[in-house]
Amino acid sequence: MMSREQLLASTFVDLADTLVADFDVIDFLHTLAARSVQLLDADAAGIMLADAHGDLHVMASSAEEARLLELYELQNNEGPCLDCFRSGHPVAEEDLSAMRTAWPVFTLRLRQLGYHSAEALPMRLRNETIGALNLFRVRPGRLSEADLGIGQAMADVATVGLIQERAIASRELLATQLQTALTSRVQLEQAKGMLAQRTGLPMDQAFQLMRAFARSRNHRLSDVAAQIISRSIDDDQLRQRPHRP
Amino acid sequence: MRGVRVVEILSAIERRGGEQVTLPARLCDEGLSALPVSGVGIALMTVDGPSGVVLAATDERARQLEELQFALGEGPCVEASGSGRPILASDLVAAGTARWPRFGAAVLDAGVRAIFAFPLRVGAIHVGVLDLYRDTPGQLTALQFDEALAFAEAATVVVLHLQDYDEHDGTHAPLAEPIDNRAEVHQATGMITIQLGISLAEALLRLRAYAYATERTVSAVAADVVNRRLSFGDSGSGGTTRQERP
Repeated sequence: MMSREQLLASTFVDLADTLVADFDVIDFLHTLAARSVQLLDADAAGIMLADAHGDLHVMASSAEEARLLELYELQNNEGPCLDCFRSGHPVAEEDLSAMRTAWPVFTLRLRQLGYHSAEALPMRLRNETIGALNLFRVRPGRLSEADLGIGQAMADVATVGLIQERAIASRELLATQLQTALTSRVQLEQAKGMLAQRTGLPMDQAFQLMRAFARSRNHRLSDVAAQIISRSIDDDQLRQRPHRP
Repeated sequence: MRGVRVVEILSAIERRGGEQVTLPARLCDEGLSALPVSGVGIALMTVDGPSGVVLAATDERARQLEELQFALGEGPCVEASGSGRPILASDLVAAGTARWPRFGAAVLDAGVRAIFAFPLRVGAIHVGVLDLYRDTPGQLTALQFDEALAFAEAATVVVLHLQDYDEHDGTHAPLAEPIDNRAEVHQATGMITIQLGISLAEALLRLRAYAYATERTVSAVAADVVNRRLSFGDSGSGGTTRQERP
């Protein structure tokens, strides 16, 4: 079992390690989401990136339940993610009643899923905000200052990691990267749907199966999604993976 | 909000009318007037690469650029479609012929100085590429780049709808509706693909047509599919009718 410090150190190594040949943007953002839940006092974490029109898209989530994805997407209308993306600053409200005033529809749906607080941390590159890291908690109240600092550092490292060709990180390049990330995410959703239909599994479990397979074989998540779509791996192969203790 | 500009472009080309002019041709013309480029072309692509079909081009040189890439198997549109990312070659003279040895030499001879290629993709669905070329070098500004992306999104909808050969039932989604990028729309597309044994492109079209025919939003229908309240595979005709499950 890793200590929090060891996990933190290894998270930063993982997030910084984006210049490898098999870099996969969705896998990378998923790592950020999963580690956010492990490292911070949060119960769910999601990453939204903005496209060229300023619309926010879910790129990764610590859990892939449909209802949770909807909660991120809902924030194209209202919510901490939207406020954070627009202002470029961390966004949180003191308590539930303040949240209800600021984001009535979002807060209602959040409560229905069993969460009592939500925060958003900006993903910023120089003067531009490209998206936000969303953190949901079952317990009410805000994250501690220490957690906020670590969360923001993770969001910053992840933002830099997204811009692979750092030396020429022009806006144009950023826009093409985001476009590519969006295409990968859409492909992942299509693969999840195909797998869920064939196996009868819920979306979340279909995703877990894909990710576990990718991890155990050292494949990129995007490649596994593409192979499911092209039917070059079947469901039995996906299920044949080393059992974890 | 989502795709306002995309809707504008699609509405504009629908209004342009003229039965003999195809929708892709109208879209190219619209792009030529909206962007500071010398020519616009749209080529069909498949997962395996160029299909050899140029859908539309604003001029002979734009058409030749597409055909040249098909013949040589290299160039920005081939690369854009394969990688799924826009390829922006803003100064072909400065770039030389290292990237595309044969294509690079040929376009310089033709007087082309910059090419911007945008993949027309919805995840794993490859429909084609939108190519913009210019006879002077220079990058697109941020606003022009966003405008080009809006044209690429509009072109994706147009080309996707061209693939809808099943014209009999008359239940097609209106053209002027951009692809809804919510997660459940793409998940539902994947599910319908398996339910009906059809391609992802066809499944997305069926989903859109069903939403239109039942006067619901695409994402609401998609949510029903994902939650297994609605299955496209239940009906005998394999079409847009279905059975509701409790």
